[in-house]
Amino acid sequence: MARERAESSRAHRRTSKKEPKTRVVHPNVLYERVKGEENPNRHYADNKIKTTKYTLLSFLPKNLFEQFHRFANVYFVFIALLNFVPALSAFQPELSLAPVVFILSVTAIKDLWEDYRRHRSDKEINHMDCLVYCRTERGYVEKYWKEVRVGDFIRLRCNEILPADVLLLSSSDPDRLCHIETATLDGETNLKQRQVVRSFIDLDTEFDPLKYNSIIECEKPNNDLNRFRGYIIHRNGRRDGLYKENLLLRGCTIRNTEEAVGIVIYAGHETKAMLNNNGPRYKRSKLERQMNVDVFWCVVILLVMCLFSAIGHGLWIFQYGDKRPIFDVLSPEGTDLSPVVSAIYLFLTTVIVFQVLIPISLFVSIEIVKICQVYIIHQDVELYDEETDSHLQCRALNITEDLGQMQYIFSDKTGTLTENKMVFRRCTVAGVEYSHDANARRLAMYQELDSEEEECTSHGGTLPRRDSAASHHSSRMVLRSQSTKSHRRTGSRAEAKRASILSKHTAFSSPMEKDITPDPQLLDKVNECSSQLEYMRYHQQPLSQLPSELSDVLDFFVALTICNTVVVSSPNQPRQKVRMRFELKSPVKTIEDFIKRFTPSRLTSGSNSSSSSSLATSRSAPRTSCSLLPSPSAEGTLVRLQEERAPTAPESIFGPMLLTPQGPAGPPEEGELRYEAESPDEAALVYAARAYKCALVGRLPDQVTVELPHLGKLSFELLHTLGFDSTRKRMSVVVRHPLTDQLTVYTKGADSVIMDLIGPPAADDTKGKRQRKILYKTQNYLNQYAADGLRTLCIAKKVLSKEDYAVWLKSHLAAETAIQGREELLFESALRLETNLHLLGATGIEDRLQDGVPETIASLRKAGLQIWVLTGDKQETAINIAYACKLLDPEEEIITLNADSQEACAVLLEESLHYIQSKFLCSASEPSDRTFHSDFSAFHTPGTFSPTSTFLIHRLGLVIDGKTLAYALEKSLEDRFLAVARSCRSVLCCRSTPLQKSMVVKLVRNKLKVMTLAIGDGANDVSMIQVADVGVGISGQEGMQAVMASDFALPRFQYLQKLLLVHGHWCYSRLANMILYFFYKNAMVVALIFWYQFYCGFSGSAMIDQWFLIFFNLMFSAFPQLITGTLDKDVSAETLQDLPQLYMNGQNSEEYKPYMFWMNMIDAFYQSLICFFIPYFAYADSDVDLFTWGTPVTSLALLTILLHLGIETKTWTWLNWASIAFSIGLFFMVALCYHSSCPTCFSPSNPYWTMQRLLGDPVFYLICVITPIAALLPRQVASQGVYFYRACQGSLFPSPVQEGRQLDHLPPEVRRSLLSQSKGNAGGLFGIRPAHYAFPGVFQNHGAGGHVSCRRRGGTKHPPHKAAEKGGDCVPRTEQQDPRRCGPAPSEADTLPYSNPHSLAPSGPEDHLHTDPLLDPPGVSLVNRVLPCAPFNPQECVPLTESPPASSPLRPKGGENSPRSQVTEGQDFKERGDQVHPKDTSKEDFFQTTLL
Amino acid sequence: MKTQETTSRPDNTAFTQQRLPAWQPVLSAGIVIPGFLFIGLAFIGIGIGLFITSQSIQVLERDYTGTGSSSACSNCVSSNISCFCQLNFSLSALFPGPVFFYYGLSNYYQNVRKYGVSRDDEQLWGDVSKSPCSTCGPYQYSQNMTIAPCGAIANSMFNDSFTLYQLVNMTKKTVPLDGKGIAWWTDYSIKFRNPTEVYGSLAAAFNGTVKPVNWAKPVYDLDPSNPANNGFLNQDFLVWMRTAALPDFWKLYRRINAGDYVSGLPAGNYTLEIQYNYPVADFGRKSVIFTNVAWMGARNSFLGIAYLVMGFLCVVMSMVMLIVYAKFNTPGEDS
Repeated sequence: MARERAESSRAHRRTSKKEPKTRVVHPNVLYERVKGEENPNRHYADNKIKTTKYTLLSFLPKNLFEQFHRFANVYFVFIALLNFVPALSAFQPELSLAPVVFILSVTAIKDLWEDYRRHRSDKEINHMDCLVYCRTERGYVEKYWKEVRVGDFIRLRCNEILPADVLLLSSSDPDRLCHIETATLDGETNLKQRQVVRSFIDLDTEFDPLKYNSIIECEKPNNDLNRFRGYIIHRNGRRDGLYKENLLLRGCTIRNTEEAVGIVIYAGHETKAMLNNNGPRYKRSKLERQMNVDVFWCVVILLVMCLFSAIGHGLWIFQYGDKRPIFDVLSPEGTDLSPVVSAIYLFLTTVIVFQVLIPISLFVSIEIVKICQVYIIHQDVELYDEETDSHLQCRALNITEDLGQMQYIFSDKTGTLTENKMVFRRCTVAGVEYSHDANARRLAMYQELDSEEEECTSHGGTLPRRDSAASHHSSRMVLRSQSTKSHRRTGSRAEAKRASILSKHTAFSSPMEKDITPDPQLLDKVNECSSQLEYMRYHQQPLSQLPSELSDVLDFFVALTICNTVVVSSPNQPRQKVRMRFELKSPVKTIEDFIKRFTPSRLTSGSNSSSSSSLATSRSAPRTSCSLLPSPSAEGTLVRLQEERAPTAPESIFGPMLLTPQGPAGPPEEGELRYEAESPDEAALVYAARAYKCALVGRLPDQVTVELPHLGKLSFELLHTLGFDSTRKRMSVVVRHPLTDQLTVYTKGADSVIMDLIGPPAADDTKGKRQRKILYKTQNYLNQYAADGLRTLCIAKKVLSKEDYAVWLKSHLAAETAIQGREELLFESALRLETNLHLLGATGIEDRLQDGVPETIASLRKAGLQIWVLTGDKQETAINIAYACKLLDPEEEIITLNADSQEACAVLLEESLHYIQSKFLCSASEPSDRTFHSDFSAFHTPGTFSPTSTFLIHRLGLVIDGKTLAYALEKSLEDRFLAVARSCRSVLCCRSTPLQKSMVVKLVRNKLKVMTLAIGDGANDVSMIQVADVGVGISGQEGMQAVMASDFALPRFQYLQKLLLVHGHWCYSRLANMILYFFYKNAMVVALIFWYQFYCGFSGSAMIDQWFLIFFNLMFSAFPQLITGTLDKDVSAETLQDLPQLYMNGQNSEEYKPYMFWMNMIDAFYQSLICFFIPYFAYADSDVDLFTWGTPVTSLALLTILLHLGIETKTWTWLNWASIAFSIGLFFMVALCYHSSCPTCFSPSNPYWTMQRLLGDPVFYLICVITPIAALLPRQVASQGVYFYRACQGSLFPSPVQEGRQLDHLPPEVRRSLLSQSKGNAGGLFGIRPAHYAFPGVFQNHGAGGHVSCRRRGGTKHPPHKAAEKGGDCVPRTEQQDPRRCGPAPSEADTLPYSNPHSLAPSGPEDHLHTDPLLDPPGVSLVNRVLPCAPFNPQECVPLTESPPASSPLRPKGGENSPRSQVTEGQDFKERGDQVHPKDTSKEDFFQTTLL
Repeated sequence: MKTQETTSRPDNTAFTQQRLPAWQPVLSAGIVIPGFLFIGLAFIGIGIGLFITSQSIQVLERDYTGTGSSSACSNCVSSNISCFCQLNFSLSALFPGPVFFYYGLSNYYQNVRKYGVSRDDEQLWGDVSKSPCSTCGPYQYSQNMTIAPCGAIANSMFNDSFTLYQLVNMTKKTVPLDGKGIAWWTDYSIKFRNPTEVYGSLAAAFNGTVKPVNWAKPVYDLDPSNPANNGFLNQDFLVWMRTAALPDFWKLYRRINAGDYVSGLPAGNYTLEIQYNYPVADFGRKSVIFTNVAWMGARNSFLGIAYLVMGFLCVVMSMVMLIVYAKFNTPGEDS
C-alpha cells in the first residue's frame, strides 16, 4: 500500500512538473527576529505529532459516524427509532434503545481507550528533548520535540533518537560520517553510514549555524525511505546535490558518532517515518463473510414472519367485520382502523418485536470472543521463543478463525525457512578442497547440545508443572521432544540466549557464526604463506616469487577480508569505531584543492553502497602510503597516476607501507572486535578469514586494515567499492595492495557469474593447464556444495596495470559525475572492470534451516495445505533449500520453467500441461478429467474432498524463475500457469521480486478462490503479506517491516504448525459453532413469539416480558456461549498436531456450511414449538394470566438454550459449569428482583410477584423438566442416530474430527502407541484396539486421504478399479513408488492413526482387495485405481510418454546462465521420455541429478 | 546483562495454556442406553402419577352463551338490557370440595397487544387525580372527565353475576359463594389501591372521575356492602384486570367453602341463576365451570400424558439402541 502510494505520488510529481513541487528550507536562525509570518518555513508542518483520531469535541459525532458504517448498527438504531412511533410502540421506547446504546457505547469506550493510549504516547513523544540552536542564546538549548520547526539546527549526540528528518551538516566523525541505526524504521540491524553534505565536509572548525546562509531545495515530503533528492544553494550561487546519504531519518538512532549537527528538513507528520506509518488494516474473515450471508437470510426470515403476521392480523380483524369485539381497541381518537391499515401498522410493530432475530449482540460477542482467542494465542508458551524473548503477536484481531481455513501457504525462504544465519562451512582454494571437517563437527555439536538440553528441560523443569495439570500431556511432551529432535538447531538454549544478548549489539555474530574451526591443512598453508612472505620481506625479494598456490591462498583470505562493507567496532566502547590513524602528514593541500575545484559535485558512492570509496578530505589525508598522494579518492589517484606514469620505485614493495603492529590507537584486543555487516554472508566470510588469522581490524572509507600472521597489520588503500547489486550478483573492491603495490581488484559473487568472467587461461603452457584444472575442479566442488545445500560464492581477483586502471578510472569518473543515467553508467563501468578475473577459490556457506522446518512443512502438507516458496534467491540455492526442508522430494519430478520470452513461456506452459495430463491422466481431454473427478468425489467422504482442488496434485514440483514468472503472470498466460502450478505438489518461484510475490499470491487467491497465507520476514515480503488473506511475519533477524505489515508475527517458522493446526482449528471451530449457535438461539426465542401470534390475533403481542426479551441475549444467555466460544476444544492440541489432516475440517468449512444454518433454523423452530406448546397445553383452560404463562416459557427457552449449548460443548471445564450455573442463577435472581421491585412500574407487563408465585407452582417445575429434554431429544437422537448408523455400518466415523475426539478419550499410553505405530508404518497396519472400546470401527480411519479407506471404497463400489489397478503399470514409476498419495488432498497415509482392515472387512468377494497386501500393494495409489480408463489399455499410455513434442517444458537445469535452445530442449525431452518410461527405472532420478 | 527477570515468557498456567481440567462427555453406548432408559422410566413414573392425579379432579362445565335454541339463556342473547336466566344441573354424587367456581370465556382475546396495555397502573394504585396515561386511549376521558379505571381492560370488565341454589325439596337453598381472596394477594394488597377516602367516603375520593363507558355503576359502587371489596380493590375487578394469556380462559369467580358445602357439593339438583349482561355471542362463548383442584392445580391431563409419551419414547430409543448394539457388536469386539 505504501508502495502504491509512493508510486502514485511519484507519478503525480511527474505529471505536474511545471509547478514548483519542491520544498525550500531556509535556516530559521535568520528569521528568528522577524515575525512568524515572515518565516519562509512557516507553511511546513511542525514536529508535533498527533495520531489520535478524535478530540474531546469531535469524539461523539465522529465515533458514531464511524460506527454507523457498520450496517447492523444502522439497522438497530432504525429499529429503536421505530419504537418511538406511537402507533406502533411495541416496546417502551427507552427500553428498546438500551441494547443499541449498550453496544454503541461498548465500542465507543473501546475506541476512546485506544485513542487515549495513542494520545498518551503522542504526548510522550512530543515531549522528548533535543538540542535546538537558539540565536539569542548563541548555542544549543533543550527543547521539546514538538517545538522543533523545519529549518531549525539541531545537535544530536550519540545514541540519541532523531526527532525529525534532518540534513546532516556536520559530524564529529573525522570522515564526516554519521552512523545511524534504522532498526525501528526498516528493522535492519546493521548500521548505515550517512555523509555530511558535501559543501560542509571540508569545514575544519565546528559548524556555526550563524554562518550558515544557504537555502535547501528538496522534494516534497514522501514516504520513500530510500530516496531523497535535492540541492543546497549557497549564497555564492553554488549548488550541491543532496542525496539520501545526507538525510537522517526520524526515529533512527545516532550511533558511533559523538555529535552531529543538522538542519530539519521534514518535521512531524511530514517525516518519512510518519508517512510510512499506515494504520492497521481491516480484514474480514471468510467465516464472517459467510456469516453475513446468513444474517441476510435472517432478515429474509424476519420479513417473512412479519408479513405473515401482518396478513394474519388483517384477516383476524376482517373476520369480525363491522361487529368489532369488545377487546378490539379503537385508535386513541376512537376511530376504527381498517384491516389493511392495521396490518400495515402491525407489520412495523412485528419488525420491532421480532428484531431479536437479527442478533444484535452477535457482532459484539464475536469481537469479545476473538479478543479472548487472541489473548489465549498470545499466551501460548509453545509459541514463545526464548532466544529472542518474543512470542506470537496477533496484530489483526479479527481474523483468528481464518487461521483454521488456510489452503495455500506462500513462504519466503531466507529468514523464514532458514535462519538467515550464514555459517562458513567449507571452501576451495586454487582447486583444492578444504572440507573443514572439524567445522562440520562443531556445527553438529550445536545440535546435540541443544537436544540434550531440551531433554533436560522437559524432564526437569517443565515436567512437574505439566504433570499437575494433566499427566498425559506431560508424558506426551517428553515423548515428542525426544522423538523429534530438531535436526538443525542454532545451538543450545543457553548459548542461544547469550547469542541473542550479544546480537543485540551486533547482528550476525552468534558464536556459531563466529567461532569457525579452521581446517588444519589450510591453516598450515596460510601459516606457510605468511612466513614465506615474512622471509621474503626480510630478504627484500619480490613477492611474485611466491608459489602461485600460496599466493592464491593469501589472496583468497585477503579478498574474504576486504571485499565487503563490514565495519569494525570494539565492544569496550560500544559502537566506537576502531581508529587506525597514523599521523604521517604530507603536503597535499594544494592538489586536493585543485581536485576539488575541477570536480565540483561528485557523488560519494558506487551503485548502492553507502560505504563506498570515500571523499577526499583533508582530514583523511594522513596516511601511510608511500605515494605522494595520501588521498584514496579516485580523482586523487587519477591525478597521481597521471603525474607519475613512471614505474614505481622498487623500494615501495615493502618499506613504509608496512605497518608495524603498534599503536596506542590500536584496538586493545583484536579477538574482541565486532564486525557489523550489512548482510550475514559477509559477516560469515570475515569471521572465516579471521579464523585463519587473517583478521579485519579496521575499515575506513579509504583504507582497510588487515592483520596477517607474521606480517602484522597491513593497510590496503581502498580505491573503489563497487557494491553488490542483484543484476551483477557480485561486488568488487579496488585496492592498492600494500605488499606488491599493485592495483588489485577483488571480486566476490555468485558462482554462475564469476565463472563466466574468469579470464581464459593463458595458452597451453603448464600455467594455463593448471588454471584450467583449477577451474574444472572448482566447478565440481561448487556443484557439490550446491548439492549439499550450501550457498556458494566465488572469489576472484585481477591485477590491473596502471594504464588500464587509468583508462577505466577516467570513464568511471565520468560515469560518477554524469547527470543523466548515472546509475546505468556506473553499472557499465563496473562491468568493464570485472572481466578477465583470476579465480582464487570458492566458499560454501551454510544457510541454516530454522528449527523444525522440514517437520513443519511435512505436517502442514498432511494438513492439506499447498506450500509455495517464493524467494528472491537464485534457482540453485532455492532448490537446495527446498530439498533440505523436504519441500521437494527426491522422488519427485521437477518441472523447471525458464523462458526468455512471452512466447517461449506460453509454449512451456502448454507443454507442461500436456505433459501432466498425459502422464497422470492417460488422457488429456477435459471431459474425462471431469468424469474422473465426479467419480472420485462420489466415493469419497464429503469431508475429505477439498472443493478447491479440482486438479489432482501430483508428485511433481514446479520451479520457475523470476523472468519466466513475469511472463507467466501476464493476463494471457496466468490461467495456464495456474493450471500447471496447482497440479504440482510444490511450487518454487526463484528470483522473484517483491511485486511478483504479491502478484502470485493475488493470482492464486483471486483465481482459485482459496484462502491464502503469506509468511515472510523481510521488507521484500511486505507486499505479499499484505495481499494474502492472512499475513504472517517472522520477527527474526531482518527486522520489523514484515512484522509491521503482518496480521500475525511469529518468532519462528515452526510455530506456524501449532498456530494453524491447533489455534487455527480451534478458533475456527469455536467461532463457527458460536455463530451457528447464535443464529439458533435468536431464532428460537423469536419463534416462540411468532407461535404466540396465532393465539393473540396476530396483534404483535409478546408473552415474554420486554425486558427479558431485550436482555435475553445480552445477559442471560451470553456468558456460557462466550466461555464455550473461547475455551471449547473439539479435539485436543496433541491430537490436532499428530493428525494434521484434521485441519481439512476447517479448509472445507465443515463447521459452517450453508445447510447448517438452515438445520439450525429448523432445529430452532422445532425447539421453540416444544417450548411453546408444552406450557400451552399445560396451562390450557386455566386462569393463567399473560406473564404468569410467559415467564415459564422464557425460563424454558433459557434452559433449553443452555442445555443445547451443553450438548454442543465438547469439553467441560469448571468455567463452563460456572457460566451455565451463573446464567440460570442470574435469570432467576433478576426475575425475582424484577418481580418484586415495583408494583406499578414496568408497564405494560407489570409482572409483580409473578416469579415468586411460579416458584410455588408445581406445574412450573414439571414443565421445566420435560420441555428441555423433549426439545433436545431429536437433536440427541439424530446425533446418536448418525453415530449409530456410522458405527453400525462398521466403518466410518462421521468426521475426522470425531475420530480425533475419540482418540482423545483414550488413555495416553494407548494413544501414544497407536500414533507411533501408525507413524512407523504406512497405512494399513493393525492398530491395537483399545480394550474398553464399545463400538466397532471406532478407530477406522475416516478416509481423509488414507489409502486404506480409499481402497476399500473403491473396492466395494467401483469394481472397474481392478482394471485400473492392472493397468497401473502405465503410470510412471515415480508415481507408483509413492505409497501415500491418495487423491487431491495431499494427506499422507502414514499419519492415519491406525486402521483395522480385518475388523472391518465384511466378508465378501472383494475381501482380498484390502486384506491381502500382496494383491494390493500399498505403493499403488488411488490415482491409478480410479483413472477413467476403465476399459484400460496399457498401450494407450505408452505413446504419450514416448512421442515427445518438439520442445519440452521440462529441462534439466544447468547453470543459470547455461544457454538454452530448442535443440537442447528436445534432447532434454528425449531423456525425460526415457526416464518417464515405466520400465526404465534406472533413469528415474535423472531429473534430480541433472537439476543439481 | 541478564534479562531473566524481564522475560516476556507467557505464564504457564492451566488457563492460559488451555489445559484446564475438562470433562468430555462421551457418547458411548454404555452411557447412552442406560441413560435413556433411566430417563424414560423416571418420566413414565412421573407421568402415571400426574395422570392419576389429574383424573381424580372433577370438572363440571356448562355453556350459557345462549346461542342455539336449546341452550340456556337463549332468551338473553339478543336483549340489550340486563336479563336473568337459569342454568340447571344435577350432581349424581358428591362433588368433592373445595369447589372452585370459574367463568370461562373462549375466543376472547385479552392478549391483543393494544388491549393488554390499555390500563394505567399508577391510577390503579390509587392516583386518580393524575391524567391517565396514553395507553388507556380511547378510554381515557369521558365527558372531559377522567375515566376511573381507565383503559379498555377495565371498560370491558365481565359483569355477569351468578347465584347458585341447591334444589332441596323443591325449595331453593342458596349455596354460599365466597368471593374473598379469589384475586392474587399481591394484587389486592400491593398493586392496587383505592384513593384515600375523603371524609370516610370512597365516592368522594373518586370525585372528578367518571365511570368507564360500558359500566353500569361507578367503581366505588362495585360492592357497596363491603368496603374492603369496593373500588379498585374489588376482587372481581382484580381478577379481570389480570389479563389472560390465551384466548380461551377461565377466571375464578367464587369459591364454595362455607356452610354445608365445605366438603363439596352434595348430590342433587342445582340451579344457577345468571344475570346475563356480557355480550360475547358475536365472537365467542361463555360458560361456568365448577371444579376442584389438586396439588397440581386444576384438571389437566396433558402433562401426565406428555410425561408418559416422553418416557415411552426414551425407553423405546434405548431399546432400539440396545438391539442395534447387540446385533452389530460382534463377539470379540468388547474383549
